[in-house]
Amino acid sequence: MKKEQNQSKKKTGRRNFLKFGVLAGGAVVSGVGLTAFAGDNKTGEKVKVMTTDGKLAEVDSGMLHSCNSCSSSYVSNEEARKGIPDRKFVMVVDLSRCKNARKCVSACQNMHYLPKDKEWITVNLMQETETTAPYWMPKTCFHCDEPPCTKVCPVGATFKRDDGIVLIDNERCIGCKFCMTACPYSARVFNWDKPKNIPEEILNRPYSVESGAPQVVGTVGKCDFCPDMIRKGKLPDCVTACPNGVYFFGDINEDTVTNGDETLRFSELIKDKAGYRYMEELGTQPSVYYLPPVDRNFPFESGLKGLSEEQKSKYHFNTDK
Amino acid sequence: MKIENKTKEILKEFSPQIENFNRRFKILSAILIVIMLFALYAFYMQEKEGHIVTGMRDNVVWGLYIANFVFFIGISYAGALISGILHLLKVEWRKPIIRVAEFITVISTVIGPLFILLCMGRLDRIYNLVLYGRIQSPIIWDVIAITTYIIGSFLFLYLAMIRDLAILRDSPDLKIGKFRRWSYKFLAIGYNGTAKQDKLLEDSITIMSAIIIPIAVIVHSVLAWIFGMTLRPGWHSTIFAPYFVIAAVFSGTGVLIVALWAYRRYFHLEKYITKKHFDYLGMLLLILAAIYGYFTFSEYLTDWYTSETWNARVLEKLFNFNEYGWWFLFAAIIGILLPMIVIGIPKLRTINSVTAVSFIAVIALWVKRYLIIVPTLETPLFPIQDNRIEWIKYSATWVEWALTLGGVATFIFSFMLLSKYVPIIPVSLVSKPPEKTESLNVEEKVETV
Ligand code: SF4
Repeated sequence: MKKEQNQSKKKTGRRNFLKFGVLAGGAVVSGVGLTAFAGDNKTGEKVKVMTTDGKLAEVDSGMLHSCNSCSSSYVSNEEARKGIPDRKFVMVVDLSRCKNARKCVSACQNMHYLPKDKEWITVNLMQETETTAPYWMPKTCFHCDEPPCTKVCPVGATFKRDDGIVLIDNERCIGCKFCMTACPYSARVFNWDKPKNIPEEILNRPYSVESGAPQVVGTVGKCDFCPDMIRKGKLPDCVTACPNGVYFFGDINEDTVTNGDETLRFSELIKDKAGYRYMEELGTQPSVYYLPPVDRNFPFESGLKGLSEEQKSKYHFNTDK
Repeated sequence: MKIENKTKEILKEFSPQIENFNRRFKILSAILIVIMLFALYAFYMQEKEGHIVTGMRDNVVWGLYIANFVFFIGISYAGALISGILHLLKVEWRKPIIRVAEFITVISTVIGPLFILLCMGRLDRIYNLVLYGRIQSPIIWDVIAITTYIIGSFLFLYLAMIRDLAILRDSPDLKIGKFRRWSYKFLAIGYNGTAKQDKLLEDSITIMSAIIIPIAVIVHSVLAWIFGMTLRPGWHSTIFAPYFVIAAVFSGTGVLIVALWAYRRYFHLEKYITKKHFDYLGMLLLILAAIYGYFTFSEYLTDWYTSETWNARVLEKLFNFNEYGWWFLFAAIIGILLPMIVIGIPKLRTINSVTAVSFIAVIALWVKRYLIIVPTLETPLFPIQDNRIEWIKYSATWVEWALTLGGVATFIFSFMLLSKYVPIIPVSLVSKPPEKTESLNVEEKVETV
């Protein structure tokens, strides 16, 4: 009986994913389109856009601005706490492709209206010891299946959903920061001051746990796997923004992950490339897998090129050693 | 209620302490109030601007506030454990010092948790703890334990005060205001010293002192688990609960000695608080220092000997004189050994020296709390990669220092007010003949055997 249920769950899941895959492809195109034409000044160049009622219109490209989440359909708090039914999201990060291009970082910041110094995704310089090779390691929230952070939250402001995502309700959080000390991966950041430069429409829309914007002073924020994007059938912004296809996102029920260009079987990818999870020994059961930094597409040093002095000094801490 | 002559005499001795607000009192109060007002301003700034005005950042998310919290809850052990145990054992010399100990408890159990509130990003949402409280979270354990503790220690202090309140009510010679007289009457809840009332009160105090001991132990254990339950080097330790409990009794005894010294000196209580008290409490401090030192040694030896990468990273900072080395030396070695040496050698043991080393031990214990919190948070499992120095290393800002000082000022000021309200020496207790103690019986038995 139980088995049957599981199977039917899987089946519906698969059907859902087909839809998901198609939409994900669309998201890539529209995502690039929007960012390419983003800007506030008139350019004289006209672009065609489709209005919400399906009519085509022409506008100046300078008037377009990227609006990934401002039109997000409102999801009730209750629904947002449950998660998207029959899903179990997973991410695979291919370390052999990362050259610290930092596009994921800025895309994430745009998406969530974060200031430049607040990073929900960090790209870290890793070198276990002097005799081992350095490599770049992007780090999101790991959305653990045994999250130490949600366990300790006194008010259930941070919680684990059925679809595997760990979220924070910024309207419930009391700012005790216990979850931050509990997280072994330093995935969480605090809103030490009031968020600045938030567009009016974002400020005025009703708060949704899934959108993660605007952040609320005195509460905790972190990578949220962009559930509002997923609900719209799109990939999280970091995935589509990465020029090197480092991030694969998908559904473990479907056994499929995609980086927008390639869609792969999750289990085979992990098997073929010896995927692993970071600090497995902690027992946190992350939902983010890493593919080891072997046969790297880029020499490690290329990750330091083009960085501002400020950004470079970030990595001194490790390179000095 | 008929007041015996002896009691009357003692009360007379203390009446100036209750009646007069002399100049020294006023000046000291004024200074303390200024400090408290400044702390209030700092608090206002913090609530207005957000926690950005503190030195806390994404890695070191807890700082001075939590250190103060642990510290104040720690010194509250003076009344809870020490006076509780001494009461149960019916130790005769406890009588003159018991109220000082209980004052320390009551005041610090209230001030301690205030620091947690200061550390909360959204104080305005505190009611969420009730609306959405999750029993799985050690913070909720803490909330439950601390509220119980506050209520328990207030009851304990109150019960022990009822007799004195009744005496004050029935002393018409006292030159005090109407309201105060009324409040004595109200708080003495009709106690008249009848045999039945007396028995009832005595039993309640005994029960309360038995209850307050486990509560106190639980409170500090839960507090230690807030650290122990996290995957952090330097925190994730099985001995943290007993370690914290011992540290708490240690600091509680230290503060008690310092407070006794101050009272003895400024209220001229030489007759009541004698060298004997400093000797006995000093001995207690010595034993506690030894146990605490043992825990400290055991904790750091095991971490250091295996030198697992994560632990080693924290220890590197603690043992490095360019980082926390000097503080560690002071907190974990000098603060423990010095009291042991000075108190242990009879020649060195005077009232002043015992007080001085107690004071040093108390400061060392505060530093130790800081060293438990900050270096660990500066050393997360995932190494920090940041170019902003204040994001890597914690240093408290004026806001945090102002509020810390404010806490100390509130502590002293509440002490001064409370000891204006009731005599600091339990008049009813010291005027009573010695109780027959259990231990005496044992001795008698031993002798007859
Ligand atoms: S900071 Fe907020 S989310 Fe984190 S444990 Fe406290 S209440 Fe929960």
